[in-house]
Amino acid sequence: MDILERPPGEVRFRDPQIEMAHGAGGKLTRRLIEGLILPLLRNPVLAPLSDSAVFDMNGVRVATTADAYVVKPLRFAGGSIGELAVNGTVNDLAVAGAHPVGLMATFILEAGLRGDDLRLEVEAVASAARRAGVAIFGGDTKVVEHGFADGMYVSTFGIGTVDPRARLDARAVRAGDRILLSGPIGDHGITILLARGELDLEADTLVSDTRSVLPFVDALLDSAAAGLRWMRDPTRGGVATALNELASECALGIAIFEDAIPLRDEVRGACEILGLDPLHIANEGQLLAVVAAEEADVALEAMQAVPGGERAACIGEVRTAPAKTVLAHNGYGGSRAVDMLVGDPLPRIC
Amino acid sequence: MKYVDEFRDPQLIRNVAGEIARSVDPNHEYRIMEVCGGHTHAIYRHGLQDVLPENLRLVHGPGCPVCVLPTGRVDDGLSIAEHPGVILTAFGDMMRVPGTRGTPLELKARGADIRMVYSPLDALRLAQNEPTKHVCFFAIGFETTAPSTALTLLRAKALGVRNFSIFCNHVTIVPAIRAILESPDMRLDGFIGPGHVSTVSGCRPYEFIARDYGKPVVVAGFEPLDLLEAILMVVRQLNAKEAKVENQYRRIVPWEGNMPALRAMSDVFELRPYFEWRGLGFISQSALKLLPAYAAWDAEVQFEIPGVRVTDPRAAQCGEVLKGVLRPPQCKLFGKECNPEHPVGALMVSSEGACAAYYRYVRYEDDAANAQPVTS
Ligand code: SF4
Repeated sequence: MDILERPPGEVRFRDPQIEMAHGAGGKLTRRLIEGLILPLLRNPVLAPLSDSAVFDMNGVRVATTADAYVVKPLRFAGGSIGELAVNGTVNDLAVAGAHPVGLMATFILEAGLRGDDLRLEVEAVASAARRAGVAIFGGDTKVVEHGFADGMYVSTFGIGTVDPRARLDARAVRAGDRILLSGPIGDHGITILLARGELDLEADTLVSDTRSVLPFVDALLDSAAAGLRWMRDPTRGGVATALNELASECALGIAIFEDAIPLRDEVRGACEILGLDPLHIANEGQLLAVVAAEEADVALEAMQAVPGGERAACIGEVRTAPAKTVLAHNGYGGSRAVDMLVGDPLPRIC
Repeated sequence: MKYVDEFRDPQLIRNVAGEIARSVDPNHEYRIMEVCGGHTHAIYRHGLQDVLPENLRLVHGPGCPVCVLPTGRVDDGLSIAEHPGVILTAFGDMMRVPGTRGTPLELKARGADIRMVYSPLDALRLAQNEPTKHVCFFAIGFETTAPSTALTLLRAKALGVRNFSIFCNHVTIVPAIRAILESPDMRLDGFIGPGHVSTVSGCRPYEFIARDYGKPVVVAGFEPLDLLEAILMVVRQLNAKEAKVENQYRRIVPWEGNMPALRAMSDVFELRPYFEWRGLGFISQSALKLLPAYAAWDAEVQFEIPGVRVTDPRAAQCGEVLKGVLRPPQCKLFGKECNPEHPVGALMVSSEGACAAYYRYVRYEDDAANAQPVTS
């Protein structure tokens, strides 16, 4: 079969060692995947490097995805690792235009983890799966010695069938297309940062946005399937990284309007104090979509009609130039290029 | 958000930008240096150069503490982490600064116990929680961060915490400004004074710039409107052929400075006779060290610091950029060998560094002229 008969490509990854930043979802992650993993494992299904692999199985378009969740602390305002694992996997399928059929979940447990904590997380997995309308088909359980995992890790696999109306391809994106976002950004990343308790900052009202984005995808497919070009859930690396990937895949420019980007005051405040860019902060329940200009208004209305989508907004548009660049424009005529995240977001001192 | 939105009001910003455009003499080139890295960051972050007239150039000065730290000092600091039982702590900004054998993050990945903290007090707390370890804090920063290091030392002494030390790299901004003013390639018309530093030191230390060198100084805040107002104030002084120190950031900066903070600093620090600045060379009385009474908490006394001197790669032109002689993209390495992923010079590391800010926020400049807005 063609898929298996590819010789390995050239490995260009030269970093002497793996660092935390290689897992942060930004430039270094991309370098690792494109420079080492992709050349050695390459095949046509893997090549597009999307969150899900989409392929034809006996006439049915199928999407699969795998993910692993390592988060400290295990529970945080608005969610927990179990919930994140289900929602994240569902979302990776959803942005490929797929409806999940089933998930597998593997629990890697650290000796010493309290039974109650494990029960809470399995319950969280169960209820998140119920909410997304998907069953857990199987999985595995392993225990590692104390000190080898932060309590527990969850690894997932998901499979779904692609909605026949979904024709998603970054290369179909055209100048003039609009960029839609389902709601305020940065809630998850900032909640986790504050939950680690290393900062003397509080924002009692802030909770993670972890949720399934399936309702948004359904709303888009029902209202504007023909004009729907591309979707992504901007997790690690944030909106900035997702849009930079889009810009390089479609070889066009992305203009975003800073004043249009929904953002909670608590997130903005924390980012101001820490010198972080909210566009680089992780989200776990937001959807970015590119929709043809003619259908953008109905698509946006459909997103806003979804419960939790009240603050969905059109945040920008695709332009011809500068190619492969994301430019943010503010309300007084200033602009800046928005780069991918390099490494982890690190707070500034002054 | 209160205190922020008022200073980002688009209409007010347009008004002040318009006022600047009307005030400048089209036949004159204005070169105004913002001394502080936070200002550099804010200028790029808000795209302020887009709203300023073409003949008004903002020159990015030496006010990023990470950028002016020579590689040798980074190596010295990292050598402390190699002592058994030591936890080296540093601010986030430091974690990606390359020493000759790698960045703190790389050393950490190889097993060194290096941790990021948000304040020196967090490092002290860590020392209290880990009594069998020694916690060293890699202190950097201008007068902005020096008081918190001083207060942490006072507390460590009061509490008798002995497994704690400071590797002191605090510098003071005034000698650096003087060095720039004395530099033969100096061609600046005025200065935007640092906002955060001045909350501690007040406005008086800049009086010599106006008095001895005839250049206006306006201390400014960090919001777009703050910076534009300060630029307008500098332009107005230049038009009136005046040179004085003005305080645009009155809501935060007291003219006389913050006495308790200054007192805490003088309780624990003394001036070093000289200190090396990256790009600017040795500047006398430009940095702080711990007083002998605090030797027990002074990493330079407690550890054998190799005292490394490393010359910057010859093609790196960080010094010229720091002095405002070159703009970042004019450095031969800019965007090629030197980029935020693989910084050669420190100006590419810290988000306050002129090169990193330029790379992140304005690299597209040539293409931007060709951009075709689809909607108006
Ligand atoms: S591009 Fe790199 S080497 Fe050149 S001045 Fe900037 S930081 Fe220094």
